[in-house]
Amino acid sequence: MNAAGFPLLSLLTFLPLVGGAIILSVRGDDAVVATNARYTALWTSLIVFALSLLLWVRFDASSAGFQFVESVNWLPSIGITYKMGVDGISVLFVLLSTALTPLCILASWESIQTRVREFMLAFLVLETMMIGMFCALDFVVFYIFFEGVLIPMYLIIGVWGGPRRVYAAFKFFLYTLAGSVLMLLALLAMWSVAGSTDITVLMKTQFPVAMQTWLFLAFFASFAVKVPMWPVHTWLPDAHVEAPTAGSVILAGVLLKMGAYGFLRFSVPMLPNASASFAPFIFTLSVVAVIYTSLVALAQTDMKKLIAYSSVAHMGVVTMGIFTINAQGLSGALFQMLSHGVVSAALFLCVGVVYDRIHSREIARYGGLADRMPAYALAFMLFTMASVGLPGTAGFVGEFLVLVGAFKVNFWLAALGSSGMILGACYMLYLYRRVIFGKLTRDDLKSILDLSPREIAVFAPLVILTLWMGIAPTHFSGFWEASVAAMVDHQHAALAPITQLAGIVK
Amino acid sequence: MLYALAVFAPLVGSLIALLFGRQIGDRAAQTVTIAGMVLASICGVSSFVDLIYSGVPAGVISLGTWVEAGSFHVEWALRYDALSAVMVAMVTCVATLIHIYSAGYMAHDNTIWKFFSYLSLFTFAMLMLVTADNLLQLFFGWEGVGLASYLLIGYYYDRPSAGAAAMKAFIVNRVGDLGFALGIALLFMVFGTISFDGIFAAVSQHQNDSYHLFGTDFRALEVIGVLLFIGAMGKSAQLGLHVWLPDAMEGPTPVSALIHAATMVTAGVFLMARMSPLMEYAPYALGFVCFMGASTALFAATIGCVQNDIKRVIAYSTCSQLGYMFIAAGVGAYQASVFHLLTHAFFKALLFLSAGSVIHAMSEEQDIRKMGGIWKKIPLTYTVMFIGSLALGGVYPFAGYYSKDAILEAAYAAHTGVGAYGFWCGLIAAGLTAFYSWRLLILTFHGAPRADQHTMDHVHESPWVMTVPLILLAVGAVLAGVMFHEQLLGEHWEHFWGESIKLNPANKVLEHMEHVPGWVRLAPSVIGLAGIALAYIIYMGMPALPARVAAAFGPLYRFLLNKWYFDELYNAIIVRPLFCLARGLWQVGDATIIDGVPNSVASLTGASSGQVVKLQTGSIANYAFAMLIGVVALVSIFLIFLR
Repeated sequence: MNAAGFPLLSLLTFLPLVGGAIILSVRGDDAVVATNARYTALWTSLIVFALSLLLWVRFDASSAGFQFVESVNWLPSIGITYKMGVDGISVLFVLLSTALTPLCILASWESIQTRVREFMLAFLVLETMMIGMFCALDFVVFYIFFEGVLIPMYLIIGVWGGPRRVYAAFKFFLYTLAGSVLMLLALLAMWSVAGSTDITVLMKTQFPVAMQTWLFLAFFASFAVKVPMWPVHTWLPDAHVEAPTAGSVILAGVLLKMGAYGFLRFSVPMLPNASASFAPFIFTLSVVAVIYTSLVALAQTDMKKLIAYSSVAHMGVVTMGIFTINAQGLSGALFQMLSHGVVSAALFLCVGVVYDRIHSREIARYGGLADRMPAYALAFMLFTMASVGLPGTAGFVGEFLVLVGAFKVNFWLAALGSSGMILGACYMLYLYRRVIFGKLTRDDLKSILDLSPREIAVFAPLVILTLWMGIAPTHFSGFWEASVAAMVDHQHAALAPITQLAGIVK
Repeated sequence: MLYALAVFAPLVGSLIALLFGRQIGDRAAQTVTIAGMVLASICGVSSFVDLIYSGVPAGVISLGTWVEAGSFHVEWALRYDALSAVMVAMVTCVATLIHIYSAGYMAHDNTIWKFFSYLSLFTFAMLMLVTADNLLQLFFGWEGVGLASYLLIGYYYDRPSAGAAAMKAFIVNRVGDLGFALGIALLFMVFGTISFDGIFAAVSQHQNDSYHLFGTDFRALEVIGVLLFIGAMGKSAQLGLHVWLPDAMEGPTPVSALIHAATMVTAGVFLMARMSPLMEYAPYALGFVCFMGASTALFAATIGCVQNDIKRVIAYSTCSQLGYMFIAAGVGAYQASVFHLLTHAFFKALLFLSAGSVIHAMSEEQDIRKMGGIWKKIPLTYTVMFIGSLALGGVYPFAGYYSKDAILEAAYAAHTGVGAYGFWCGLIAAGLTAFYSWRLLILTFHGAPRADQHTMDHVHESPWVMTVPLILLAVGAVLAGVMFHEQLLGEHWEHFWGESIKLNPANKVLEHMEHVPGWVRLAPSVIGLAGIALAYIIYMGMPALPARVAAAFGPLYRFLLNKWYFDELYNAIIVRPLFCLARGLWQVGDATIIDGVPNSVASLTGASSGQVVKLQTGSIANYAFAMLIGVVALVSIFLIFLR
């Protein structure tokens, strides 16, 4: 069977739906339903998280292959199987999803007061979709989960969001859907060549170079929007601003990783030639993303929008790292994805804390919070520094490894791509200064309360993770070391004929 | 083991104070951090003594893996050699004294636990920096001091100027850090490792590697040297990236002492000394180091002559003294640069802390134009500050005399163009240094009292927790030079430094130093004394003269007073354009252009469907008519094309 002895991944994927079914069956007056829904959702997600820890313990990091594989014939006539499995690249994202979900539920404990049952249900469905997406080893299964994520997220933004939620939700949905349609075409094309939609088969299939170009562009359309890369990033700030805190957390923490994960799972290993030839194009977009969105972040007056733009800049570093296709760049990109998942999630929670109290995201509305909220100021400081990439925090390792990887490609790529080190410090410290430093002048801020025990419970794991990932990053990067090495080898092997040819021509 | 304790005791103290400070109270937090520091300094000094005098071998204490990705492998480790050990001893001692002093200076603060926690964190970061065994850990300490300085400069966060200064310090440092990070990446590419031993062993192997940049091939080692020095420029406040240092005095005075003396700004100098085996093979990079150092030394000294804030004068003197250290490093006399770093640590900490004592006595007044006539009221502070100034001015036999003379001799002995530039800049700066130090002393302590009666009545000597550290530092400022001169720079310097400083066999600066002409030896002292004399004559004899001179040379005076207009320049060419660009990109780039496309597609769709809807009139006659047209069209097509 697999390392767990039972279909662990399917269990992880569908257990949240069971929780959802329980929530649906709750009857009674609104208050009771709400309380029950909250507790059911929390416990479900905690159980899922506890189960997912088995992955952490049992995963064999020395192997580059897929583990915990489950396979059931689904539509044998056309070569589609229900196949799940994780490798070093996906395993930690499953854990990231299962870890962030309970935190999100806890963070929405008081801030969501309307349609609590439906909210919790949407969140559990979302968890199913996220985990399924990272576990899927069949392209069709992947596609279903990949698209399925849209639905609960669309509802979370559109129903529990801010004043412009409908605009934001539509924008989010249409942008991401438009790209996905092209991916579906690519899927059909690949199936017609390989005769199977099994990802492990597709990874071994050699697609003709001309076809790779078209496939790459189709994938690019889908994944670039999800990442999001410049210039298709504008859905993100709107979605973040309107989404409720928990929605932003999951959006930044996990959903943004889907695009980058797609590049890592499909584009790079399946289309090595196209990846190599499109790399300069991706680098250009990434560098523009880093500089452009960092500057835009500097001009923001809305806290959430600022952090949303910073996410785009950080994801620019990720895409840059992925397409360097060397050990440091890829490892750095993965690390950056993971650390961004933790740190940006935490930053959105930080915004949520003050939003819950004052109901404003306007930066100018705050100032001098250090006086009344020392614990909050400390946590915010830590996450700010992590976002800036201070060594010893999660944010540094990925950024630095990508810098090293990028340097192998080109000096200017490294120099411009890392200008986020400076610009990031500018916008984050400027934000921190305006919110936390300064004199406390407004009356309603004078009675603002510091973190409640519930909020501390939400932040504590994130604080620990941020420092843990910064001080002992090998505990995390060890998971993907073998997979990354295999990917780099695969790339070299695929490009070898061309390089040899070039050698002859020279 | 003692050595590891010296590094981690401050961290433990800091964490206890930070996490439990509010529960255990200020007094306990303060005690814990000071105890941690005292422990650290005992361990630090004894491991220094063990290494140098008891023959304990140098080595590396490994603490486990930090980062790993492919062939990129970095360890957490503590390097135990002469350079690290001497820095550890100095940092822990000076920082301990500053901690103790702060117990008195910050006694009326509201969040003492936080202050002490940050101070210890600062010390810890610096210790990680100096004990690093690879460049990435050095970078960890490097950024760590950046964070701690940010927190401490912004300690009085309710003052807008403090928040701004903290941010400025961090961001300006980050500019240098980017260069440093790129330097590390290039080092890795060339050497395949970033651990010191690995790099140093392979330097000769890679000395002719080239790196393609700006369309030409450079020697890789030169590029690395320059990139690393850009990092050093940020941290050590060299010309161009110096703008944060004077503003950093927004923090409480003990913080300034810590930043300017023991930690932070000396990091750049340390980096150059640490990388000496590599820098030795990058002559052009070294020339650049020397040139920037010399320019900074002179530039900062000119500004120091006209500032009116007691701390600001001392801040510019730091900037200028750091320039000296880079002159020495730039001509290959790393020993002299570290020697000056050590003596400077003592007398600069002394100067800042005594300035703090003055400020304390003067009811928080910092403007020297509003001081004067207080030397009899605070004789101890006066004495120690006098000693500090003698050391800074390079008067025999105080600490600064030995180290500054050594640097100028080395610059002369280098016999290179840039060395000569260093020598002359340094010489002029020595005169200016002596001048502004005495200007500061006289305006602060002598002459008629210019403060109001109320303040004058309250002038008092500081409590013993503040004066004892001052006295100890004063002892250091007197003795550090004479004690270490021979060991660090004498014939047997290799006995002291061991493997930690490795020179190119062609580098004979230390030997040539012995043979410089007599006037080179004498010149710094003569110029220094002349500066003192000039300051004495002007400020004691003719107090009205400075104002007249300032009026007569108005533009020059304002140019110096406004610090060569660097802040204004940066505001005009960097900060404001950047904010304009940021707003432009946001409102035009994002909101109008990028969002314009989907939004107008959406509204176009909406509008056109609005038009199409009008076709649905509900009238059957219309539909029937439309159907008829369709039928006619189809039939005609059929008849025309398919017949």
